[in-house]
Amino acid sequence: MIRPPVITIDGVETTFTPGETVLEVTKRLGVAEVPHLCWDERLDPAGSCRLCIVEVEGRRTPGASCTLRAEDGMVIRTASDKLRRMQGHLVQMVLSENPAEVSPRNADVGPTELQQLATDFGVSRDRFLGRESNRSKDDGNPLLLRDYDHCISCYRCVRICDEVEADHAITMTGRGFAKEIATPFDRGLLDSTCTLCGQCVYTCPTGALADKKMVGAAERGAPAAEQKVTRSICPYCGTGCSIDLHSKVDADGTETVIGVTPALDGPVNEGALCIKGQFGFDFVNSGDRLRKPMIRKDGELTEVEWDEALDYTAQRLRSIRDDHGPKAFYSIASGRAPGEGGYMLQKFQRAVMGSNFIDNCSRA
Amino acid sequence: MSNSIPEIEDAPFLLCVGTNMTECHPIIAVRVKKALRKGARLFTIDPREVPLARMAERHLQIRIGTDTFLFNAMARVIIEEGLVDEEFVATRTEGIEELARHVEAFTLEEAEKVTGIPAELIREAAVGYASAERAGIYYTLGVTEHICGVGNVQSLCNLALLTGNLGKRSAGINPLRGQNNIQGAGDVGALPNNYPGFQPVTAAECQEKFEAAWGCSLDPELGITKLKALDWAIDGTMKGMWICGENTLVTDPDVHHTRHALESLDFLIVQDMFLTDTARMADVVFPAAAFTEVDGFFTNSDRRVQRLRRAATPPGEARPDWWIIAEVAKRVGTPVNFDYPDAEAVFDELCELSPIYHGLSYERIDKGELHWPVPTKDHPGTPFLHEGEFLRGRGKLQCVDFKPPAEIPDDEYPWFLTTGRRLATYHTNTMTGRAEGVSVLAPNEWLEMHPSDADELELRGNDWVKVRSRRGEVLTRVKVTRVSPPGTMFMSFAFPEHTPTNFITNPEADPITETPELKVAVIHVEKAEAPDLSDYDPVFQIASRNGH
Repeated sequence: MIRPPVITIDGVETTFTPGETVLEVTKRLGVAEVPHLCWDERLDPAGSCRLCIVEVEGRRTPGASCTLRAEDGMVIRTASDKLRRMQGHLVQMVLSENPAEVSPRNADVGPTELQQLATDFGVSRDRFLGRESNRSKDDGNPLLLRDYDHCISCYRCVRICDEVEADHAITMTGRGFAKEIATPFDRGLLDSTCTLCGQCVYTCPTGALADKKMVGAAERGAPAAEQKVTRSICPYCGTGCSIDLHSKVDADGTETVIGVTPALDGPVNEGALCIKGQFGFDFVNSGDRLRKPMIRKDGELTEVEWDEALDYTAQRLRSIRDDHGPKAFYSIASGRAPGEGGYMLQKFQRAVMGSNFIDNCSRA
Repeated sequence: MSNSIPEIEDAPFLLCVGTNMTECHPIIAVRVKKALRKGARLFTIDPREVPLARMAERHLQIRIGTDTFLFNAMARVIIEEGLVDEEFVATRTEGIEELARHVEAFTLEEAEKVTGIPAELIREAAVGYASAERAGIYYTLGVTEHICGVGNVQSLCNLALLTGNLGKRSAGINPLRGQNNIQGAGDVGALPNNYPGFQPVTAAECQEKFEAAWGCSLDPELGITKLKALDWAIDGTMKGMWICGENTLVTDPDVHHTRHALESLDFLIVQDMFLTDTARMADVVFPAAAFTEVDGFFTNSDRRVQRLRRAATPPGEARPDWWIIAEVAKRVGTPVNFDYPDAEAVFDELCELSPIYHGLSYERIDKGELHWPVPTKDHPGTPFLHEGEFLRGRGKLQCVDFKPPAEIPDDEYPWFLTTGRRLATYHTNTMTGRAEGVSVLAPNEWLEMHPSDADELELRGNDWVKVRSRRGEVLTRVKVTRVSPPGTMFMSFAFPEHTPTNFITNPEADPITETPELKVAVIHVEKAEAPDLSDYDPVFQIASRNGH
């Protein structure tokens, strides 16, 4: 019998599937927290930030675990003083090329990955101060904020646009400190193949990209720490993507949805969203939402109390049923509203009105 | 969908038919893109060169409305070239001899003439599909919104049955549903022929089951479809209607007909989040809470039952749909129970009565891992259907005749018009039109046409045109694009305030499903003066966008 390949990580022995990286095995095993910046589970590993370095027994230098393929008999150590020192230096170097101001996203959706690493390692940007790379180039599109002062050239935005969305709207240009994230001919995103899905925003680990609907939420009274986050499902097409609704809670208890973040553990979308799911939620906050029941009085729809509307409706329904029979009234359920309403409507039509005169909007 | 969405990325061969997936189901398209990265072969079939077609190995640019002919011709190739999965066909299907005889007439030469697709390309698609170890078919309304929609689906299903591409992972026949809970609406029994869980109203044992559960007697007679109900309104037999969360006036074909129907009613209830054009015609309007403001469930395309949770306060006195209906039911007066403490209690009753949801509860759908059928509390769900056996026992291979569209271009109406959605404008734009910023990708309607058609009509991009069909006319701008094939133009129905596209679409419907042929109408196009939009009386108020 052929023995399955085995790797040892921090003293724990485990089998793996050939092709798995050391980082993937480590994450699956759950034995250690390996820091990383350029890694996103949805993307091919890039190995550019080097933060996920681990020690491999028998090798002189540590290796980036995101690009290191697991090998039979490998012995890995994910934590040591030396590794931690090296990782701290790497975070300091990354921080040093960005401005001192913290990206607004830290306030709106919580600390960015980079900010969190700086806190975890207890380091600041001061040690390697020098030139700052990249430059801001917001382009006036209404949804995605591009603030490349905070870019660290991890290319997660470029890679998610290529590898997941296949929109290929952005690319990197230049070398060294001159490198930038660019659109074709350096024009705005709206002149590119960008579909404004927002995937780049929510993979960005620094806040160089941000959601314009969320930016300023903190200033408007809903800092990240006070937002309520609720798992829900996108209300658009039939794909069923998981979304996280961010709500602000007023002093009087009123809750308002202020933004959507993609759910990485959503079983259908695994973090992917389109422009509608990411940015199309705020119709619920529209000022022309209906707030009270209405009855037509003297030809005009007039707001009334619930009791009046319900009693009037019940009386009209009774008379239709009693005068014209069960087949003179028809119910149409929504294909967009929650299923409980559809269940209730068919029960009402069948059990109260007395016929199977019910349908939903799937025919047109 | 017979198979689940995540399975797509492991399909070695994908046949996408009549689906503009990157715009209408972008995140299902993400799975297709993943499959392509893993080396899958993608063939697309569509009259338009939609973005997905550009990712395909081959695109079969079909003449609109000739799908059945193409699928029959593909079946003929599969049979003729010995690519039939003999064991599957022998053990799990019936009607192979009849089908083989039936498709005899659908030769590649004839198919090329009718569909406009080169014979060799049809053969290549058929051979590729039939030779793959597993192959999935994915389709949308481009297949179904035809007078022969049922025939299109049946002849497409033949391909899966012939090749044994059902009842296994990363294969199947997969209609992508266009709305978040359209699957759920059917599941819960909002259908004229079925109780919850697709239990027929005409089956005595089902009727007895619901009579016992609800404590009332029930009508054993089939109901009628929505389209027929609107006809009954015009002829006076239908007196009242309750429309929940649908902008019927704008979404249905032939607006004049729909308006006449709704005006003919004695009593119309509309339950919605907004005062839609349909709501403006109502006698009673109930304010419904939004998906963010209630607990509940949506069931998506691949039969996955998922939870939504209250995250916001409804505006004013808006209420959950189920609450409004239950309150009305109680006040009409009924011995049947309509007292529910919360949405979960409604869901529990549904699960109790529906065999496909029987094993579900809010707790079990918490993470959205389960696809129905889930018959018992410990059942792991069913990511793909038809393993081992079909619902009816053996899968029936259907002999479908070709039926051309109800309208064919003539001297007066020389162009085909087809309709659909665009990425950033969803349906009639009641939702996307009120979402800030989203309209930037599609600020208005366009009549999309091929450059050669634009030349013939002496039109340029953004020119205004009058688009006329046998039913009416609308004004819109022109967009010149090679997405449209010569002779076939495209519009969405997302800007009804200025361009009510359903004034001109064709209400002729499939006789079985009564789904109208929204994908084909013939039109006359002529240049028009630009209207003065500031002084332009909106046809519909719908996306008034006065919320911002």
